[in-house]
Amino acid sequence: MSEVLDPPRAAAQAGTPIIELRGISKRFATSLDFAGKLAKKLGAKVREDVVHAVDGVDLQVRKGEVVGLVGESGCGKSTLGRMVAGIMPPSAGTVLWHGRDLKSLSAAEARQAKLRTQMIFQDPYASLNPRLQVQEIVGEAPQVHGLVPRGGLETYVDEQLRRAGLDPALKRRYPHQFSGGQRQRIGIARALAVQPDFLVCDEAVAALDVSIQAQILNLFMKLRRELDLTYLFISHDLGVVEHLSDRVVIMYLGRVVEEAPAEEVFARPNHPYTRALLAEVPRIEARKRAFAGVKGEIPSPLNPPSGCHFHPRCPFAMERCKAERPALREIAPGHRSACHLNDAA
Amino acid sequence: MTPPTLQVRNLRTHFFTRAGVVKAVDDVSFTVDRGKVLGLVGESGSGKSVTGFSILGLVDPPGRIAGGQILFKGQDLAGLSEEAMRQLRGNRIAMIFQDPMMTLNPVLRIDTQMIETVLAHEKVSREEARQRARDALGQVGIPSPEERLRAYPHQFSGGMRQRVAIAIALLHKPDLIVADEPTTALDVTIQGQILAEAQKLCADFGTALIWITHDLSVVAGLADDIAVMYAGKVVEQGPVTQVLDQPLHPYTVGLIGSVPSRNKRGEPLRQIPGMTPSLLNLPAGCAFRARCPRAEARCAEPPPMAEYRPGRHARCIHPYEEAVAA
Ligand SMILES: Nc1ncnc2c1ncn2[C@@H]1O[C@H](COP(=O)(O)OP(=O)(O)OP(=O)(O)O)[C@@H](O)[C@H]1O
Ligand SMILES: Nc1ncnc2c1ncn2[C@@H]1O[C@H](COP(=O)(O)OP(=O)(O)OP(=O)(O)O)[C@@H](O)[C@H]1O
Ligand code: SF4
Ligand code: SF4
Ligand SMILES: [Mg+2]
Ligand SMILES: [Mg+2]
Repeated sequence: MSEVLDPPRAAAQAGTPIIELRGISKRFATSLDFAGKLAKKLGAKVREDVVHAVDGVDLQVRKGEVVGLVGESGCGKSTLGRMVAGIMPPSAGTVLWHGRDLKSLSAAEARQAKLRTQMIFQDPYASLNPRLQVQEIVGEAPQVHGLVPRGGLETYVDEQLRRAGLDPALKRRYPHQFSGGQRQRIGIARALAVQPDFLVCDEAVAALDVSIQAQILNLFMKLRRELDLTYLFISHDLGVVEHLSDRVVIMYLGRVVEEAPAEEVFARPNHPYTRALLAEVPRIEARKRAFAGVKGEIPSPLNPPSGCHFHPRCPFAMERCKAERPALREIAPGHRSACHLNDAA
Repeated sequence: MTPPTLQVRNLRTHFFTRAGVVKAVDDVSFTVDRGKVLGLVGESGSGKSVTGFSILGLVDPPGRIAGGQILFKGQDLAGLSEEAMRQLRGNRIAMIFQDPMMTLNPVLRIDTQMIETVLAHEKVSREEARQRARDALGQVGIPSPEERLRAYPHQFSGGMRQRVAIAIALLHKPDLIVADEPTTALDVTIQGQILAEAQKLCADFGTALIWITHDLSVVAGLADDIAVMYAGKVVEQGPVTQVLDQPLHPYTVGLIGSVPSRNKRGEPLRQIPGMTPSLLNLPAGCAFRARCPRAEARCAEPPPMAEYRPGRHARCIHPYEEAVAA
């Protein structure tokens, strides 16, 4: 690492984004259950429902940035994260990796791209092979991909474990012999062992205790400084996202509705959905408050509302909102929002 | 004077495993009055769920209640027959589990399950029961409840399954609900709606609520009282504002300090060093000793639960006396 810049500055200076999505969509056909299949065979008109999990998303992540991705359960965060990590192909749209179309990469380059972007999941246990020792879990991929010199594997693995805050003396143990926080550290050590420059963290601390969560979040921030890492940080915990993101992207039913620097979003939310979201965030400072129900009907992703997806719940909805999808437009430097109200002003 | 809805006294629930006795709940006491909310918080593995299971009579071997009393409106549940307990469950006492599939039957349609639940305890027509089921689904924010009634659990997302399980718990307006991290997997707007429903139940029907969570922010907004558990014991309890603003126990102080909003943006979060000890070989004396910044020689003796201020109990011989600036 030649230059030492603090990450936000490095991010501002870097030219090409590390990853860029252009008009990315992902559709899933929900498979029919047995009864449905039978009915179809018998000639009934059964429609296979299509979920538009991600619907025409543009997103850039620049080198050294931490981008927080938030939104309701089922709005497509994990699906977007998987497409960013290159482990799920989009149904439409283009993914640019360091400025180049993923589809145009040679097989060797595509392998490189995949290695340099690693994903860290919510459930560390489910993503670790229970029959392998920790040293095998961490050492396997770097060995396969020739990232370690012959005979150097043991030292290499020790270093990865130490960096993730684990005692290398435990490396011959199996995943079940560790606590949840320690397992998450194993997952981090495994991801870092292939020398990525970009981590996609999908609810990576959601399953952990508050006290352990703080340890892991601190580890993420330390690694960012030491290894110049870039993060896409998916979380439904807005407190966590506010704490460590430079920029925040808010999704609603498959679409990005707002995007801005973290401080800006929390200080001056623009989109009515973002405002509703922030209003409901529980704060430790707020005592015995009255919680509010969601106004209006929560839409199904199988059958999203027309126009602006948020219109059935939006207190400001107008006629136009039912018909026309609002475009994501810049409303202040670096602050974009998709709402027709911004046109009126 | 009517007794409080729930009084747990010196509860001990132990698991007698081959590796040794796991004292999952070890001398836990608390009271929840009519219409009040107790927030039960603490480290993973500290015994929160087992406390809830014990109240509902759902502890399976090798575990059993090894001591103490669970007084529900004055009646000790620990001595109740399995049949009497089943009658109370799902009628006067309900539990919302961490995993909604512990409530839902995977092979039955949602309407079947909900209607049966209503009919099992109340004499109403099938149509009326169906109406109640549909309203309950609407209350927890399930879109198109009429159509959704005909679905099977697997046709719902995890978050929607949890909302159905919550709807089932709300059906009878029970006297006591034990909710075990029910909103952890839900997003904040839906969580807000469910917390609003819970508050309404407490206010309108006097339901007493035990809300188990590791999210202190939820407890802050919802609960009247708070009990903090660590390694099978309640280490601190009292009114929510006092516990959160003037915590006595070093574990509580650490827990509050590590909440992101209590830290400066982008700065390292304050963290509690080390990790939870195994319940199988707890150190002698205070279980928090190895992680405690205030530990001293006297902590090698088990600290008793003591009342440091009126209504403010802590299990620590060296508590923070003044308000800790957080
Ligand atoms: N493999 C799949 N097949 C069919 N539908 C899917 C599949 N994966 C996701 N979906 C659907 O796509 C939508 C988006 O799912 P996704 O997992 O991306 O949401 P999310 O924002 O990550 O939600 P959560 O916060 O609950 O994790 C949901 O409606 C989901 O049911
Ligand atoms: N069937 C069992 N056999 C042995 N030990 C058990 C059993 N069930 C629970 N325990 C132990 O009891 C202790 C308390 O568990 P419990 O599930 O109540 O924790 P918790 O506070 O709810 O944690 P979490 O926040 O992770 O849900 C744990 O150490 C657990 O390992
Ligand atoms: S476009 Fe219309 S419905 Fe959508 S958020 Fe803006 S005002 Fe509300
Ligand atoms: S008893 Fe001692 S070790 Fe335990 S919490 Fe109090 S000061 Fe810390
Ligand atoms: Mg997800
Ligand atoms: Mg639990």
